[in-house]
Amino acid sequence: MRRTLFYKSLFIVGVVIVCLVAVTGIPKGLGWQSWKTSIAGNIHLGLDLQGGSYLILKVNVDEAVAAETNQAQQRLQAALASKGVPYTSIRQPDPVHLPAVIDVQGIPPTRSGEFNAVVEDPTVVGPNYNVRSTSNGNYELVLNSATASQIKDRALTQSIETIGNRVNELGVTEPTVQQHGLGDYEILVELPGVTDPDRVKQIMQETAQLQFRLGEGGPFASEAQARAQYGGVLPEDSQILPGRNIGGTSSSSSATDWYVVSRSSVVSGQDLRDAQPTTDNNGQMEVSFNLTRAAGQRFGDFTAANINKPLAIVLDNQIQEYANIQGRIEDSGRITGTFSRQQASDLALILRSGALPASISYLQDEEVGPSLGADSIHAGIIAALTGFLLVAGFMLFYYHGAGINAVLALVLNLVILMAYMSLVSATLTLPGIAGIILTIGMAVDSNVLIFERIREEMRHGKSVPAAVDIGFRQAFITILDTHVTTVVSAIFLFLFGTGPIKGFAVTLTVGLIANLFTAVFVSRVIFDYVLLRQQGIRGAKLSIG
Amino acid sequence: MEFFRDTDIDFLGKKWYFLTVTMVLFVVGMVALAIHHGPDMGIDFTGGTQMDVKFSRPVPSEQIRSGLKNANLGDFSLQPIAPGPNEVLISAPLTATSQADLNRNREEIVSVLYQVTGGAPPQGKLDINAVGPETFTNWLLQKDPDGYMGLGAQAATQRYSTIADALIKQRRDVQYGGTFPSFDALSAAPGDAQIAKLAAQDFFLGPFTVRSTQSIGPQVGSELRDQALRAVLYSLGAMLIYIAFRFELIYGIAAVVAVFHDVLITLGVFSLARLPIDLTVVAAFLTLVGYSMNDTIVVFDRVRENLPIMRRDKLSVVVNKSINQTLSRTVLTSGLTFLSVLSLLVLGGEALRGFSFAMTFGILVGTYSSIAVAAPMMVAYIESRNRRLPSAKSSKPIPAAARRA
Repeated sequence: MRRTLFYKSLFIVGVVIVCLVAVTGIPKGLGWQSWKTSIAGNIHLGLDLQGGSYLILKVNVDEAVAAETNQAQQRLQAALASKGVPYTSIRQPDPVHLPAVIDVQGIPPTRSGEFNAVVEDPTVVGPNYNVRSTSNGNYELVLNSATASQIKDRALTQSIETIGNRVNELGVTEPTVQQHGLGDYEILVELPGVTDPDRVKQIMQETAQLQFRLGEGGPFASEAQARAQYGGVLPEDSQILPGRNIGGTSSSSSATDWYVVSRSSVVSGQDLRDAQPTTDNNGQMEVSFNLTRAAGQRFGDFTAANINKPLAIVLDNQIQEYANIQGRIEDSGRITGTFSRQQASDLALILRSGALPASISYLQDEEVGPSLGADSIHAGIIAALTGFLLVAGFMLFYYHGAGINAVLALVLNLVILMAYMSLVSATLTLPGIAGIILTIGMAVDSNVLIFERIREEMRHGKSVPAAVDIGFRQAFITILDTHVTTVVSAIFLFLFGTGPIKGFAVTLTVGLIANLFTAVFVSRVIFDYVLLRQQGIRGAKLSIG
Repeated sequence: MEFFRDTDIDFLGKKWYFLTVTMVLFVVGMVALAIHHGPDMGIDFTGGTQMDVKFSRPVPSEQIRSGLKNANLGDFSLQPIAPGPNEVLISAPLTATSQADLNRNREEIVSVLYQVTGGAPPQGKLDINAVGPETFTNWLLQKDPDGYMGLGAQAATQRYSTIADALIKQRRDVQYGGTFPSFDALSAAPGDAQIAKLAAQDFFLGPFTVRSTQSIGPQVGSELRDQALRAVLYSLGAMLIYIAFRFELIYGIAAVVAVFHDVLITLGVFSLARLPIDLTVVAAFLTLVGYSMNDTIVVFDRVRENLPIMRRDKLSVVVNKSINQTLSRTVLTSGLTFLSVLSLLVLGGEALRGFSFAMTFGILVGTYSSIAVAAPMMVAYIESRNRRLPSAKSSKPIPAAARRA
């Protein structure tokens, strides 16, 4: 008996040491400061305690599908034109609601064979589209749903990657960017400790479609004027885009001028190898970029063939720069504009991280400022300490000596809980602190059950050791039952809840499981020790109030 | 020291009193719910914007209210947040059903706040109460008040960012709670009267700071609502199965009815106290489902233990004795848990207010319902079942576990 008790106590002491080390780490020094930083380093604080942003974004994947269909449409137009097959119109009737549909009108029935051949050609449209003849000479091409799904999934993965890149570049510590939920193309972003969330969201959200296109005319003071130059009808492969602050028709620097540019781009954002903010000779901020070798070759040929024609640098369908090509440009260049230092730096960052394949909308956006976080920690710790003192105080008052037993078990319970959080790098949230407080209340529940039973047995005349034995045995089943029910509801909470609620479920569950160990095993060992010291004394007593 | 030594209270005999009390609570709760058109669902479930705003000087809430009303923000609510007089919680549920730009609501609220506190921010100046450490460090590098630029850009950046961090930490601390009331507060840092003076030129004192915001789109809100409901129902179902398995089906049903009763009454009280129901409150309800089962199980456990011993007594006598025997334990543990969540309610801060209120009240009701609802219901059902089958040998059901014992 003595020996087993000794081993049991050794085990408990071992557990205590392991837990303490898990919580505090190996402190660098012995001062109070270094202990505090050690502990702080091991406990991972949630967003509601350290401040930060929690965002749920939706990737508008239909835009990616529409973009792909748009490209197919352009290829079809070019192919039909080169084969001399006439048509009335080829367009996307509703790119917003029917992104996968291309509508073809006016193919002469005699040329339908050629049309079908062109459509089936995988370099033009290919087998991913289902062709349907709607009436004589009119067809409808629809992207099949399997391919559409692929495009959507790819858009989601690419968005996650791009946003992840941007967030990392911003130097956010331990950000989270991952898919949220299943099948709805939603992204969860967590940015702890971010102090300028608007800037971060701005950067995340920019689609940053960079394109270099051949300019065809401008500047014009209005869209109508631009159209008038072409007799009111723009050619199929041209587009009118606005540009600001690039000095055109009006002397005011904030006017919008309009330019006509080609629809197709010779070089686009994915061809960038690098982008950096730089200053020009006058101290003006600009963004200089490098192209990949292949793109550089393409660009070189293009610029050599188009000297003295204008080049338009288009960013998100806004003209950033419109200037004449002076000579062959191979693989590097600059984007100028009226950038502040911050703007140039941000633009370079966005270009470096790649373009978003589709725009994103915000479904949920929560920001907790650090001052509120600090307050919450403060309040949480005080509430926890008060709760602990109240409960411990009562146990000592009502159960006297056995109360010490209960308090020790409670302290060990909390230490194990903190150790678990630290080892698993679990996140401590404000509801998590509430879970700890609730654990304090419920942990002594087990002790009360046991102590009450022991008292009852002693009142019925049982000897102290027998009473202790029966008390622990009878109470154990009930303790198990009550713990199981609370843990089961905590599991449902964990499954259903969001971040902070999950934190609550975790601290409650782990606290209760640890309680099974401390209230039953550890308390028993302590009782056994107390009884051991009384062995042989007749009429052994137990201080249990 | 023992509070409840050998009590012998006839709990089951008083079941009509208990029923009356329950009915009263029920009716009061339902009336409150009816008046307020259902439970007050927080932003988490309706979608919308919620902002925790702290002003550097107290602003009368009437002004804020009329400002918000003019901005056409729909059915907004304005609640002061303890302890300070300067902090309010503004909630504006989404009025649009479409995926409107979540930022717009926020910008509108912010512009109303500027109006109410004396005008729009001056152009070209930054808000000293909103500036982040990066921006502030850059500003310090530009102004170079301590001449660190002479040591080289890197050393200067290091020193200035330490100063910036310290100042911003100070602003964040409980003393200021996020807003410097004046530029003099900046000179509290070592040797930085210079900084305070220079800052007064380039920054303005934001009259308020937004300590937290939540913007939730309608889609997310309704998804959460469904999930919450499902979680509660599944939880109750799991409890039912567990108890039916450990005891007998009627025990399980009685326990679930008791918990259901607790949840409904707590909902009613929430409505009475005009407290919104957010995610953490639902979490509290789920916890209560588990916790309320505890007391019920303790009583049922004792009943199961006593049945074989007290074969000759009526079921109601057995149950009464069981309740009396476990009274000490029930009151004590509920009391202790109640103490700990009470400290959370009083000291735990605003963010957990709904949660701690639900837990505190729920524990009280849960304990009450184990004695006043679950036990009587179980006894009533079994006794009426026995009356209908007079030929049954044993007049009491012995739960499976006890039979095997």
